[in-house]
Amino acid sequence: MIPELGQFALILALGLALIQASVPLIGATIGRSDWTAFARPMAAGQFVFVAAAFVILAQSFLSDDFSVRYVAMHSNSALPAAYKLAAVWGGHEGSLLLWLMILATWTLAVAFASRSLPDLYAARVIGVLGIVSVGMLSFTLLTSNPFDRLLPAALDGNDLNPLLQDPGLVMHPPILYSGYVGLAVPFAFAVAALLSGSLDKNWARWTRPWTITAWMFLTVGIALGSWWAYYELGWGGWWFWDPVENASFMPWLAATALIHSLAVTERRGIFKSWTVLLAIAAFSLSLLGTFLVRSGVLISVHAFASDPSRGIFILLLLSVISGGALLLYAARARRMESEGGFRLVSRESFLLLNNILLLVATAAVLFGTLYPLFLDALGLGKISVGPPYFKTVFLIPMLPLLLLLGVGMHATWLSTNSQRLAQKLSAAAVIAMLAGILLPLIVYRSASVMTILGVALGAWVIVSALWDPVSRIVRRDAPGVPLTRAQWGMSTAHAGVGLFVLGVTVTSSFGIESDQSMREGDTLEMAGYEFQFRGTRNVDGVNYEAVEGEVEVRRDGRLLTILSPQKRVYRVQRNPMTEAAIDPQLRRDLFVALGEPLGAGAWSVRIQYKPFIRFIWLGALVMAFGGILAATDRRYRAAKDVRTMARTARQATESA
Amino acid sequence: MWRYLLPIALFAILAGFFARGLNLNPGYVPSPLIGKPAPRFELPALKDPAESIGSDVLGKETALFNVWATWCVGCRQEHAFLNEIAKSSGVPIYGLNWKDNRASALSWLATLGDPYVASAFDEIGEVAIDWGVYGAPETFLVGRNGTVLFKHIAPLTPEVWQREFIPRIQADCGAYPCP
Repeated sequence: MIPELGQFALILALGLALIQASVPLIGATIGRSDWTAFARPMAAGQFVFVAAAFVILAQSFLSDDFSVRYVAMHSNSALPAAYKLAAVWGGHEGSLLLWLMILATWTLAVAFASRSLPDLYAARVIGVLGIVSVGMLSFTLLTSNPFDRLLPAALDGNDLNPLLQDPGLVMHPPILYSGYVGLAVPFAFAVAALLSGSLDKNWARWTRPWTITAWMFLTVGIALGSWWAYYELGWGGWWFWDPVENASFMPWLAATALIHSLAVTERRGIFKSWTVLLAIAAFSLSLLGTFLVRSGVLISVHAFASDPSRGIFILLLLSVISGGALLLYAARARRMESEGGFRLVSRESFLLLNNILLLVATAAVLFGTLYPLFLDALGLGKISVGPPYFKTVFLIPMLPLLLLLGVGMHATWLSTNSQRLAQKLSAAAVIAMLAGILLPLIVYRSASVMTILGVALGAWVIVSALWDPVSRIVRRDAPGVPLTRAQWGMSTAHAGVGLFVLGVTVTSSFGIESDQSMREGDTLEMAGYEFQFRGTRNVDGVNYEAVEGEVEVRRDGRLLTILSPQKRVYRVQRNPMTEAAIDPQLRRDLFVALGEPLGAGAWSVRIQYKPFIRFIWLGALVMAFGGILAATDRRYRAAKDVRTMARTARQATESA
Repeated sequence: MWRYLLPIALFAILAGFFARGLNLNPGYVPSPLIGKPAPRFELPALKDPAESIGSDVLGKETALFNVWATWCVGCRQEHAFLNEIAKSSGVPIYGLNWKDNRASALSWLATLGDPYVASAFDEIGEVAIDWGVYGAPETFLVGRNGTVLFKHIAPLTPEVWQREFIPRIQADCGAYPCP
């Protein structure tokens, strides 16, 4: 009975979403404020019913209700309770429900926070979010109902995929989806602006904090996924250019471009139609990711069980939502005229270059991801595109992007005195060059061109990002306005980019990997560490059995730590899982994973020395923290300027 | 004006490809070997490096040629089903142990069961290149006259076996007594 209530709640939510998607939008067009007033109550009601469905599904998992097909497929009575909860989004149907839950939450947040916006505009934004919600709700109800029954009920469940039974993966989907789905908000702001036909500087100011917040979730989500892949897949890699990883990375690149282009539109009133297009593109790419993951058009290790009817439905959804927005764009974008120009050397130019380079990077990733599909569809054969393509092609726009990033941050709006800029940055450039040459040579006693380039660029970005904040702290009495929180945010996020670049460069240049056959007592020397294999023993987990190896790590004869990598076999699904053991430190990780038994007490053991690898995720977290600072800047929180508001409201009414 | 139409045009092209892609199976890779004689090879046997196994073992009767390795998760997945085929179907399975480590391969067979009449040990993957191996696991069906009849990429499942292999095996043995 309870699961049927969940399904019923979803149907009610769909009903409210239909109203939310139509009445306020029509009301805004014909100028009826009693119709636009439907927007907020419908959004709130929808949230209540989607949340009810979500809680009911969670309850079905916690109470081991194996008469629900989805629960029987993805849970087991022996599964620890925390993972039962995580199993709610461990498969296709439940993860769609999570998607809906997060969309309903974002919509509710927009409904509350949009009270300071002109009524007609807010109604349109909420209406557009309603359209997205209608699409996803009907997709869930028609093709992927999580509350379908299994009769007769299973005695016990099929268990959650062991790969997903991990603390990192419990949080990864909700955070990543918050980012994906959050991009629906700037999308809705953009489409609402196109619908109303007017777009002023306020539009960018309203959109920016939402975009930055969604971007921040996306950043953390991707970083979590990468961290998980590093310690759970047992290869010690942190990014595989898998189609599904790319599917999350493309919206991130587009959102990054959007944040920068919004800055120009907010400050200078130019790039308007371009910014709108980016807002549409960012969310479209996140829908595209949904399509790629769930339709089976590409081969990926992450792909959900796919079903052609689902593929057709999502493609239809993508066509209606993105295609519709782009048609609207084609019809209306001409009206978004820019309000001014800028000089060749100015912050605008640098941000334009930033956008072009980020777009080139997005296109390169998109092309590489879809290339096998293109060739196959044209009957030109079957190929797979691997990391070598991505590594090479991605670097081409990234190197100039990093170089220009350091300069662009210090350029002023409208026009910049290039001599003064050069003066200011020459010291930073010298520091970066020295770091690039000296760090590899002194610490690691070797350096290649790419290593020097990578370290120098990383240092360049960090030094340039921290230049203003640090000089502000050092010379407290210096004249001038204090830095705003948004400026702190920008510096912090860019410093995060620098940390990330350092991490990637040093790890890939100086990481050491070795696969060894080891018997009890065997030792291996690596990077000054001594690894001694002390044999294995059997361990019983809650729902798995494992062989646990013991590896003592010594440095200069002193015992540093004992690492215990495991090879697990989960009782229900019986597939083997590798649990790597890692001794993490900021400047290096020691990574030990157990391979296969080789007979006679010997094991293949994978030992890796990973310098600076923590900087990769640390960099991402620092970027996200910068995002928090920027999104909470005073100008987004302060009571809105009443006069501008009244003016915009008037404009919106007139044009409607 | 046209530049504002560019995004929707690009999107339409992409959507066209996606619609086409939905009707394709990305896992299906055709083999140029089908209908041609099985590539010749001569390799040491997995169980005894002194012994050798060559392509002459194929082509006497309808047989399977399965590419496997211990590092391949899909191989572990299909292994139980291979054991079942070996036990009940009467079709002999020859293995190509691909880019593997002899000790781990032997312990794998000892723990999971050995469905193979014999496995050839292709340590550097030279024979796999001649066979156009794309990834493990792959299963070739070789006919009585030594031609390659069919190739399946990805773990072998009962459905694939029923749908793709059984009809071809029956057609191949024709009037002769089937296994």
